[in-house]
Amino acid sequence: MKDGVNGVALAVFILFFLAVTVMGFLAARWRKAENEHSLDEWGLGGRSFGTWITWFLLGGDLYTAYTFVAVPAAIYAAGAAGFFAVPYTILVYPLIFTFLPRLWSVSHRHGYVTTSDFVRGRFGSKGLSLAVALTGILATMPYIALQLVGIQAVLDVMGVGGGENTNWFIKDLPLLIAFGVLAAYTYSSGLRAPALIAFVKDTLIYIVIAVAIIYIPIKLGGFDDIFAKAGDAFSQTNPATGAPRGALTPPEAGQWTYATLALGSALALFMYPHSITATLSSKSREVIRRNTTILPLYSLMLGLLALLGFMAIAAGIKVQNGQLAIPQLFETMFPDWFAGVAFAAIGIGALVPAAIMSIAAANLFTRNIYKDFIRPDATPAQETKVSKLVSLLVKVGALAFVLTMDKTVAINFQLLGGIWILQTFPALVGGLFTRWFHRWALLAGWAVGMVYGTVAAYGVASPTQKHFGGSAKEIPGIGEIGYIGLTAFVLNVVVTVVLTFVLKAVKAPDGVDETKPEDYTADAGDPGVQVELPPATAGTSH
Amino acid sequence: MSHTPEVGRAVVTPMRVVIALCLVAPFVAMLWVGSYARTGPAFIGIPFFYWYQMAWVLISTALTMVAYKLWQRDQRARSAAKGGASQ
Repeated sequence: MKDGVNGVALAVFILFFLAVTVMGFLAARWRKAENEHSLDEWGLGGRSFGTWITWFLLGGDLYTAYTFVAVPAAIYAAGAAGFFAVPYTILVYPLIFTFLPRLWSVSHRHGYVTTSDFVRGRFGSKGLSLAVALTGILATMPYIALQLVGIQAVLDVMGVGGGENTNWFIKDLPLLIAFGVLAAYTYSSGLRAPALIAFVKDTLIYIVIAVAIIYIPIKLGGFDDIFAKAGDAFSQTNPATGAPRGALTPPEAGQWTYATLALGSALALFMYPHSITATLSSKSREVIRRNTTILPLYSLMLGLLALLGFMAIAAGIKVQNGQLAIPQLFETMFPDWFAGVAFAAIGIGALVPAAIMSIAAANLFTRNIYKDFIRPDATPAQETKVSKLVSLLVKVGALAFVLTMDKTVAINFQLLGGIWILQTFPALVGGLFTRWFHRWALLAGWAVGMVYGTVAAYGVASPTQKHFGGSAKEIPGIGEIGYIGLTAFVLNVVVTVVLTFVLKAVKAPDGVDETKPEDYTADAGDPGVQVELPPATAGTSH
Repeated sequence: MSHTPEVGRAVVTPMRVVIALCLVAPFVAMLWVGSYARTGPAFIGIPFFYWYQMAWVLISTALTMVAYKLWQRDQRARSAAKGGASQ
């Protein structure tokens, strides 16, 4: 690592950062609607985004700074096992093709802003809706914290933030500034800010990846050399485990883990509140289906990005903290000014998802906790106000999390968050296709999945950690090592199905379903699905 | 995928079977890790394991696009059969 501050890179970084800050504040005026004091406006951008904006927004939202840092870092650490992110993102799109349009339609008909809104409307159960909302908020918080970890990694490599002996305030000042700015424009512009900034973020990312994937291999002597060196490095014995460090292909024993991680993560991705927020902001059902055919471009980018992990090994990058491998690779290989562009891409890549995630968590709190349990008569304007404040609180919470606790805590919680959020799948996706499940059975299944997942993850040890050492564990009854989230999900479904039979047999009271079958296929332009929702339907339709 | 009748007519049509196959194929290919967990043949120096999965990004995109086009046609045929009414 070079000593001191990389001035040129830092200047370029600051330049881009200033540019997106201005954009963030101006975004409030972009495509402005009349009724700006409704949650539809602030929290969903007026539900007005077309194919391309939705594409950038979803891409900017799902492929976060943490992804850019963590995926190559996983490859750098262990090789093939880290590549599961690619099949994972391949499987996401055929999956959402089948259920997201239905969610869009029913949400538009009934003015739903969150997944919990839908669950409450479909199953007539505030308890189930609360469970989904709490899971969403819990899973999102550490995710926001990890975006900060991404920014920190970049700042560290640029030499800003100082060494261990600097005063904590000076050390964290750049991070505090970045987050203060983010909080301010999210507060004033809502979802429009990240939607606009996502253009810059993704353009930068695509440029950086394109350059990196051509320029770095040329400097390192081609992919043959890169993989040969990586293969050598992986075959070295790791003193901590006594086993080889990693492998270029997953060994027989690791294949179940690889497949279950890919499938479980794919199922979980669109359960996250921020994915749904970006989806519901699109203006028609077609926009979503069309997007499932163009979003995979990001998967390709992710695959190329993952290869950077091998390049970091071949380039002889040695870092204690794997998260720094890729920023360090950029710093070593690129001229200073382009390293600055690359760092800006990662830094801005943290701001977009952090903004959307905090908006999504705030919407969940406002709609499904504040309005359902605290102030049932809240007006749309009050809802918006509460949401804005909560979005601030959520970010402050994430910041406190990162500054006061060890980074591994955020990573552990994010791992748990993925397991947890997957447990809302039966209620949400099941509910989109059938009303057969009983609301109490869904709640019980959710609880079983949550408890099993948490306990199982707690029991995983790694050479460096006694608990939460990984997300894979032996699957009971099969004996292979698999993703805990998926095992918990299967348990969840089994409990839900069995209990539904039982509850139906004893004629337990079923909740009221406010949706009709044709709600699930409605598109913009159909009766009851205005392109612009009138303010009255946005908050009072249940 | 098609177990919820959206209108009261035949739910499983050949076209819908093709749509379902297009959407299921990536799952079969990607979850069967044993079928691609090897290093050769390499492509421009990238081991098989990696380029194969990246190729599937393109294949699955093409399949989803086919599914999308067929689905559009299916929906149009359906609303035409109902006399063009949207409900």
